[in-house]
Amino acid sequence: MTGAGTAIIAEGLVKRYGDVHALDGLDLRVPEGTVLGLLGPNGAGKTTCVRVITTLLRPDAGRCSVNGLDVLRHPDQVRKIIGVSGQYAAVDEYLTGYENLEMIGRLYHLGKRTARRRAGELLERFNLSDAADRPVKTYSGGMRRRLDLAGALVVSPPIIVLDEPTTGLDPRSRLGMWDVISERVRAGATLLLTTQYLEEADQLADDIVVIDKGRSIAHGTPDELKREVGGERLRVTLGSRTDAQAAAEILSRVCDGPATFPDESEHLVEAPVTRGASALVEVVRGLDAAAIEPVDIGIHRASLDDVFLQLTGASVDAVAEEVS
Amino acid sequence: MSAVAMALTDGWIVAKRNLIKIKRIPDLLIFSTIQPIMFVLLFAFVFGGSIQIPGVTYREYLMPGIFVQTVAFGAGITAIGLADDLQKGIVDRFRSLPMSRAAVLVGRTTSDLLNNVFVVIVMSLTGLLVGWRIHTGFGEAAAGFLLLFAFGYAMSWISAVIGLSVKSVEVAQSAGFIWMFPLTFLSNAFVATNTLPSWLQPIADWNPISSVALALRDLWGNASTDPAFRGSGFPADHPIPLAVGWILLILIIFIPWSIAKYRQAASR
Ligand SMILES: Nc1ncnc2c1ncn2[C@@H]1O[C@H](COP(=O)(O)OP(=O)(O)O)[C@@H](O)[C@H]1O
Ligand SMILES: [Mg+2]
Repeated sequence: MTGAGTAIIAEGLVKRYGDVHALDGLDLRVPEGTVLGLLGPNGAGKTTCVRVITTLLRPDAGRCSVNGLDVLRHPDQVRKIIGVSGQYAAVDEYLTGYENLEMIGRLYHLGKRTARRRAGELLERFNLSDAADRPVKTYSGGMRRRLDLAGALVVSPPIIVLDEPTTGLDPRSRLGMWDVISERVRAGATLLLTTQYLEEADQLADDIVVIDKGRSIAHGTPDELKREVGGERLRVTLGSRTDAQAAAEILSRVCDGPATFPDESEHLVEAPVTRGASALVEVVRGLDAAAIEPVDIGIHRASLDDVFLQLTGASVDAVAEEVS
Repeated sequence: MSAVAMALTDGWIVAKRNLIKIKRIPDLLIFSTIQPIMFVLLFAFVFGGSIQIPGVTYREYLMPGIFVQTVAFGAGITAIGLADDLQKGIVDRFRSLPMSRAAVLVGRTTSDLLNNVFVVIVMSLTGLLVGWRIHTGFGEAAAGFLLLFAFGYAMSWISAVIGLSVKSVEVAQSAGFIWMFPLTFLSNAFVATNTLPSWLQPIADWNPISSVALALRDLWGNASTDPAFRGSGFPADHPIPLAVGWILLILIIFIPWSIAKYRQAASR
């Protein structure tokens, strides 16, 4: 996006609920045509931030603009250029899927015909055509979520804000959702997306801001963040500590960094890797040649938990998530 | 588009959405008519013979009172509908769209008005069956119904403020109605106010429910010939202007109030 400006700017957002600082001086910038992943655990302030940006909530302090329009002073203009899907699907149960989308189109002031055409297209795109004329009451949770996301895209808005769009979806629907979202971004839209999944941010986001207790605790590209928390590690669990030194040597040779013993027992040996699968094969061969029989061997990837623990000073390895 | 035109077009889109719900769950409409029909029949047959009103049968005297009570309670569903939309996050969806800030309220009060119109039609037919008649011309008959619907519509806006304040359907189900019992019973809807303790009489006479009921009795020829049955003072002498005044006053206070509430309504 050459010469692009900043689509979303939030500066010093503060929102208190009693003693809780839902937002505590949060800053965000989303360059036009890019995807920002807002990552954080439950209660970090993601939804509160989304509600401020989408004109639903007045912050106690701070300022926020979307495409140069001040959210507090010109909410009506902001609403014309944003598409929003909240954390909980806000669809009308008694209307059919088609009626829901047509109504949203009409309320964006598309003409009747355009609103109907868009509703049909979106239902098709989200694989909801078969259920188009059924009341939403009969939809599954995943179908409602998809319909709600379709509602955010009715006018092909230049700015899209999605609050945990794939939470509660099965893996296949999640992939489908990622597809549709990326398509909008390729078409030039700017996207702010909140998620609890590092993997999702990794897939979709150009930049990630990690927030906790209403403030930003880290930001960078997905790669930068992963590097920060150590990325993937190859870990071998041994039956006895007698083989520990030999195993550590093999790991140090094959992997991308020196092997370490993450706990006292020396039954565990691990080392950082970038090409996990091929390193795994080589380590298995090496152990086999040295006649060392591991109890367990696998790749441990940094999870969001790791990011938090790392950022708050705790040990990464204590909670490394087993993925293989 | 001017703000008012936008409120009306967007409001109608929302009203149609609310009406679809009634179409999908016809039981809602059936049950909202059963209660008024029951009231007409119970009052007509249980009290009909025992209460004497000079110049008019008790059934004729009673019908305008039941009409007013029914549209007031009918307006109570506005609170439930709005609380439901808030609770389900649908208001958040609406608030993120570039639609009129008044549309959700205009739409809700409009669909509830249409619901009230339907209920009044069913009640009128029941009333005709038990002997109620309008003794005046078409113009006055129509003016009476207009006044009745206008009053129901105004009450919907009070109900809107309640629905937006309580934010939960369960609370709205009681908070939306509980205040209507004293409001409707401390009036001339069912009995003449001179049967009440003397300190309650002025309150009952000035009660908007009394003004509308008396106005309907005058417009439809259902009033008693004995002036003692009208209460006393200004409300007894000028029920129609007073009823119109009450309706305007309610609208002037509660439309801006509920729109302001809607703007800040945060569902979670
Ligand atoms: N309306 C509210 N009233 C009181 N507390 C709230 C309200 N909304 C959010 N909070 C609190 O603010 C914090 C941030 O909430 P939220 O933004 O929903 O977090 P997230 O979306 O990251 O899970 C939480 O501690 C939450 O309990
Ligand atoms: Mg949230």
